[in-house]
Amino acid sequence: MTEVAAQASPAAYVLGLADDAMVYAQRLAEWMSNAPQIEEDMALGNIALDLLGQARALYPHVGTLDGTGRSEDDFAMVRDERDWRNVHLVEQERGDFGQEMARLLWFATYQRELYAALLASSDPVLAGVAGKALKEVRYHLDHAALWVVRLGDGTEESHTRMQAALDSVLPYLPELFFDDEASVAAAESGIGVLPSSLHEAVTTHVAAVCQEATLDLHAPTWRARGGRAGIHSKPMGYLLAEMQHIARSHPGATW
Amino acid sequence: MSRTTVAEAISRIPDPEIPVISIADLGILRDVSVDEDARTVVATITPTYSGCPAMEAIADRIRWEADAHGYRSEVVTQLSPAWTTDWMTAAGREALARFGIAPPGPSAEGGGPSRGPVSVQLQRHVVACPHCGSDDTTEIAHFGSTACKALRRCDACREPFDEFKAI
Repeated sequence: MTEVAAQASPAAYVLGLADDAMVYAQRLAEWMSNAPQIEEDMALGNIALDLLGQARALYPHVGTLDGTGRSEDDFAMVRDERDWRNVHLVEQERGDFGQEMARLLWFATYQRELYAALLASSDPVLAGVAGKALKEVRYHLDHAALWVVRLGDGTEESHTRMQAALDSVLPYLPELFFDDEASVAAAESGIGVLPSSLHEAVTTHVAAVCQEATLDLHAPTWRARGGRAGIHSKPMGYLLAEMQHIARSHPGATW
Repeated sequence: MSRTTVAEAISRIPDPEIPVISIADLGILRDVSVDEDARTVVATITPTYSGCPAMEAIADRIRWEADAHGYRSEVVTQLSPAWTTDWMTAAGREALARFGIAPPGPSAEGGGPSRGPVSVQLQRHVVACPHCGSDDTTEIAHFGSTACKALRRCDACREPFDEFKAI
């Protein structure tokens, strides 16, 4: 029953942004008690919380835009896999710490450019969320960049692993900059921005960090796709099962 | 009860995480409108961070205060303009320092897209130790016990301390 709003609607566009934040918040939260040092447990937990907050602000707005009036819990806790519009990058399983920093570097850089552009959105809610989130995302980006440089320009072992980490996320990046129907519609109406318009600035920034980290940026050999249309990779189902099972086992429960 | 009483009671509500500072001094209470005839209060608050878990506790406490003064209340959460540590009052900053948390410096507000690579360094500004006053301090972690704080160490008195991040 949870039909996604028409694929080409601004609501679907905002839902994609919210789902990216929600799913990545879930993945980052998995680091709690698993990070290499306790400060990283806290840092990644805090970053996850920021992303969760962004998703919570965006979901009710999607419910308003698509006219269903759905709540944040309706979106996060009872939607099936095919109704999620997040990119594959954020749903991938947690790898080693270097892989997480590579993913965070790209994602935070993308979000910084995205939110900076959305400050000019004709949708006041979206512009408001962007203004708030932009301040937070700068810290995420700074944090990831710091680790990528430290590991890349570190020991032979850390350099090798950081390079491998960087290579491992490459196939998931083009999807972030793909202009699907929803983003085209959102950009035309002045609500959103074309993902492809962010590509150059994001890549330039990541390349500068990589240069300082003595790492090479390669071209991907294959490309993930389909997330914005609800077609996900294998880890997504497991992620949703863990994230949603309490809410689904006890529908309507509050505490 | 007079207007100032309920409005003041609300403005004096302590932050649940850092109880030495009130929500007014922290700058998250943006407005309190009291309608004496209708006996209603509308309080507008803005979160420090999008995911700040204290917001619900603060909203509950505002409703409780209004109720205790005999007013019906509404709590409005406003995202824009986004909260900045620049809104923190001088009294609030002093209270933080007394509590052992280094108050935030001025926020470096950018906001524009891509202004080139961010500098990558551990120590990027001078923060005085709230215990001994020394400027000889080092950042240990960007993210402290809550999203709004970073963790630092004083290299003079060797004590660790929280720093309220300027945003």
